[in-house]
Amino acid sequence: MSAVIDTHAQDHHHGPAKGISRWLFTTNHKDIGSMYLMFSFAMFLLGGSMAMVIRAELFQPGLQIVEPEFFNQMTTMHGLIMVFGAVMPAFVGLANWMLPLMIGAPDMALPRMNNWSFWLLPCAFLILVSTLFMQGGAPNFGWTFYAPLSTTYGPPSTTFFIFAVHIMGVSSIMGAINVIATVLNMRAPGMTLMKMPLFVWTWLITAFLLIAVMPVLAGVVTMMLMDIHFGTSFFDASGGGDPVLFQHVFWFFGHPEVYIMILPAFGAISHIVSAFSRKPLFGYASMVYAVGAIAIMSFLVWAHHMFTVGMPLAGQLFFMYATLLIAVPTGVKVFNWVTTMFRGSLSFEAPMLFAVAFIILFTIGGFSGLMLAIAPADFQYHDTYFVVAHFHYVLVPGAIFGIFASAYFWLPKWTGYMYDETLAKTHFWLSFVGMNLAFFPMHFLGLAGMPRRIPDYALQFTNFNMISSVGAFMFAATQLLFLFIVVKCVRGGEKAPAKPWDGAEGLEWTVPSPAPYHTFSTPPEVK
Amino acid sequence: MRVHAKRAVALAAGLLLPVTVMAEWTMNMTPGVTSTSNQIYTLHMTILWICVAIGVVVFGVMFWSIFAHRKSRGYKPANFHENTVVEVLWTIVPLAILVAMAIPATATLVEMYDTTESDVDIKITGYQWRWQYEYIDDDFSFFSNMSTPREQIRNRQAKGEHYLLEVDNPVVIPVGKKVRFLLTANDVIHSWWVPEFGVKKDAIPGFINETWTRVDVPGTYRGQCTELCGKDHGYMPVVVKAVPEEEYNVWVAEQREAAETERQLTEKDWTLDELMERGERAYATACAGCHQADGTGLPPTFPALKGSQMALEDMAGHIEIVVNGSPGTSMQAFGNQLSEVDLAAVITYERNAWGNNTGEMVTPKEIFDYKNQQ
Amino acid sequence: MAHDTETSQPLRRSNSRVIAWCLSGVVGMFAFGFALVPLYEVFCEITGINGKTGGRYEASAVQQVDEDRTVRVQFLASNGPGMTWEFRPVVRSVDVHPGEVVTVNFYAANGTEEAMVGQAVPSLAPSEGTLYFHKTECFCFNQQPLDAGESVEMPLIFIVDRDLPEHITKLTLSYTLYDQGKPVNVSRTDRVQTKTNNNG
Repeated sequence: MSAVIDTHAQDHHHGPAKGISRWLFTTNHKDIGSMYLMFSFAMFLLGGSMAMVIRAELFQPGLQIVEPEFFNQMTTMHGLIMVFGAVMPAFVGLANWMLPLMIGAPDMALPRMNNWSFWLLPCAFLILVSTLFMQGGAPNFGWTFYAPLSTTYGPPSTTFFIFAVHIMGVSSIMGAINVIATVLNMRAPGMTLMKMPLFVWTWLITAFLLIAVMPVLAGVVTMMLMDIHFGTSFFDASGGGDPVLFQHVFWFFGHPEVYIMILPAFGAISHIVSAFSRKPLFGYASMVYAVGAIAIMSFLVWAHHMFTVGMPLAGQLFFMYATLLIAVPTGVKVFNWVTTMFRGSLSFEAPMLFAVAFIILFTIGGFSGLMLAIAPADFQYHDTYFVVAHFHYVLVPGAIFGIFASAYFWLPKWTGYMYDETLAKTHFWLSFVGMNLAFFPMHFLGLAGMPRRIPDYALQFTNFNMISSVGAFMFAATQLLFLFIVVKCVRGGEKAPAKPWDGAEGLEWTVPSPAPYHTFSTPPEVK
Repeated sequence: MRVHAKRAVALAAGLLLPVTVMAEWTMNMTPGVTSTSNQIYTLHMTILWICVAIGVVVFGVMFWSIFAHRKSRGYKPANFHENTVVEVLWTIVPLAILVAMAIPATATLVEMYDTTESDVDIKITGYQWRWQYEYIDDDFSFFSNMSTPREQIRNRQAKGEHYLLEVDNPVVIPVGKKVRFLLTANDVIHSWWVPEFGVKKDAIPGFINETWTRVDVPGTYRGQCTELCGKDHGYMPVVVKAVPEEEYNVWVAEQREAAETERQLTEKDWTLDELMERGERAYATACAGCHQADGTGLPPTFPALKGSQMALEDMAGHIEIVVNGSPGTSMQAFGNQLSEVDLAAVITYERNAWGNNTGEMVTPKEIFDYKNQQ
Repeated sequence: MAHDTETSQPLRRSNSRVIAWCLSGVVGMFAFGFALVPLYEVFCEITGINGKTGGRYEASAVQQVDEDRTVRVQFLASNGPGMTWEFRPVVRSVDVHPGEVVTVNFYAANGTEEAMVGQAVPSLAPSEGTLYFHKTECFCFNQQPLDAGESVEMPLIFIVDRDLPEHITKLTLSYTLYDQGKPVNVSRTDRVQTKTNNNG
């Protein structure tokens, strides 16, 4: 530990190292944050191109482009890469960059571990992506990898998939420990818990969720590994196991996981809505309690993903009621955001556009979630495109728009330049239209009876699939524009002041733009 | 410019053409033909409208702010950030709405779980990638395979009306009777869904699940497997024919008779040509999915049969692998899935098609004896 | 600088405390993931939710037979993947009075050229009835070896509990027979047996 302090002392004199070693060995939270964000964007493009393969195949009925076997690999890899490679690392990147700046700390609490937790990720994904080139192909059992399709009937590459999941689990856990230690120990004097910015609060709660459920994921893939290689039968009925047990354990991880992907966005959106409404956030305390309530309840609703497995009536009812209950704190958050905007002085720069779209579209995703929670109706929705529409509505305009909003909001702070507002607005509108075009028709497809994860479909689903594919291509192409905007912003532009948004609040706006390599070596005083 | 415009119009027309041709825009859930599916539909619509109403109120306030409270209009921000009454209110009101939603949902669910007093019991077993239906009280069973030709899937032939939703042997149920389904699976988890019945239940290997339906309108109802079950998950449809009771009884009698005929066919003396003809059909439904219609397979997972050493030389090994499968690979045991006649036909076909001209023939009797070696 | 060293002393200690707490949380949750397996099994045993019927029933006292009530018990037999034995119940269903001791047989025949071992796994529908279906003797408690061409009638002795909820009038007991390989040697079979016994 003392070595860490020494490095710090040296850094104060030297600034960033030169060349590749700056990135390989860096312990600077800003460098690591940037690397996380870049990695996440690369994964976003990779996972996105897999989605394009899926949408291209589904453009018309019949098999045109890929074989069903490869199609299944694409749906699986798309899901895994987007969840573990794009969304989660993006939020860790934002946390790395912003948490120390928001709480007035010089760096993350555990900088060495920070470096480690980042560099594990490319290793994990190298392994995962390499399975595409292995004998028998990549994992093809869906990102939920239900046993026994993933155990007894899995391809040989399943072992590598398990290994990759273990590594990303370790990375996430280290990241979470770092966030907890930073938030608990490194806050500037005077910043009590209830004075923390909401992004810090939501990330703290997310970190606890990660600590609680990533080990369960590690456990479930370890059980798979043992079933495949060591002759146990956790999930194999022939040896006395139970395939449904897999689903219970998986969703015990999986449901909190969906909140891991959305809670940090809740925090960031709260800052952005308040900044561009030029009005303090409505109901700060209730926001904190709502996030806490959502996090706790997320442990009690997992089996709503399994209404069709044949649970007894009492189980169905319990999970239906518990799931409906989650709508209450989620509703509180939406009401708070809307009330924050109400009678504010609104302006619509790119971050605000993404934030407003987030609120509207995430709420639509919430509504379909409410419908899915109704167990009897779920018998018709379950495993259809209605579910696909639902979770893409909470994840794309939820998590991804939340990340875009945050990126535009803090880009001036990161680069020292303003991004190109016209291009950013174009990016928003094209994304908005493309995203809705891609995912809204999926509601109709699901209700009309199209199951998910099929490479080919009956003729009555043709029209909406076509529209959906066109929207998806449009959304995907638009993301290259985002890359261009960011590169342009990094290379220059209008100089950004310390506080480019007149309504923004928080310590991060007290340091110059771009934020110097070392900030808050002397902690600020918080009133 | 004009050329570009023309091209754009042509492109747009090209994109829209299939839309106008097929004009199929189903956007909502089917109310279905059973009381369960009707209740689900009502629940679905109720909740949809509640959501729409909440959305109109919440987004109404939001859009009001977006239009009226703009900085560009010189609107000065207020500074309130708390109001306990409002906050308590918008916790309690949604709670009340949720309770109101939960009550009818509970009632429907209780009814869906009432599997007692059934008239017909059918056991459904999911296989990769076909369904088996067993009429428990009538002692016969059959497999139901997708009957859409591969040519249609490969776009070499125009797609039929029920593309991907048609099977060789539909399951038949009597109208107005309570039919109880007992679901299990042989290999991986499948899920049996008929939207018009409001019935979807997972078929889990080693476990038995039950559900039921009572269909009042005769007709043919189509559904699909809804749990990812491997390569051909998209190609295992469910087709149910609901027929009047008399017709059902006739059909059951026919099935029992057919089962008897099948037993006799096994005893019959077959010629090579007869077996080849029958084998081609059986091969198309049971084998072509993996080993391909031309026998070239998809190596390495699905080896080629055309010119394979086993198909040309090793007859005992060939029978063994078709009947008992190959553990640890995708090759299933077809011994219990195909009749003796079809097993013999398939093996004969594989040994004589695509230039594998061995001239050898395997008779149903030989398969029967193989399976019952004492 | 001076400030840094001043604050770093207490910080360092509390950082390691946070790490220790978090790591114990991680280890605890990893263990909990595995603990879910026995917990789920116990939970299922108490509630019967997954339809897996329990092990050998030791009747504490002979139950009185409820002559006024009749419950139909249906039997189903399935083969696991790659299992080529002929396997079926000798009778399709029986009507029983709750409390009555009933014996039925299942028929299994090994039509292959090799000695094999089979293991039947039971499942009951509706799962609500699981708690009220007691087996005093069942072939599913043990593995069943059969020589090439051998066949056997395997007994199942059961009692339907008098406390079976009124609305249940039909129970379906399904067995899936799985291939457990060849009977290699006694000790291995024994070991596998002890493992599967608890689940029978």
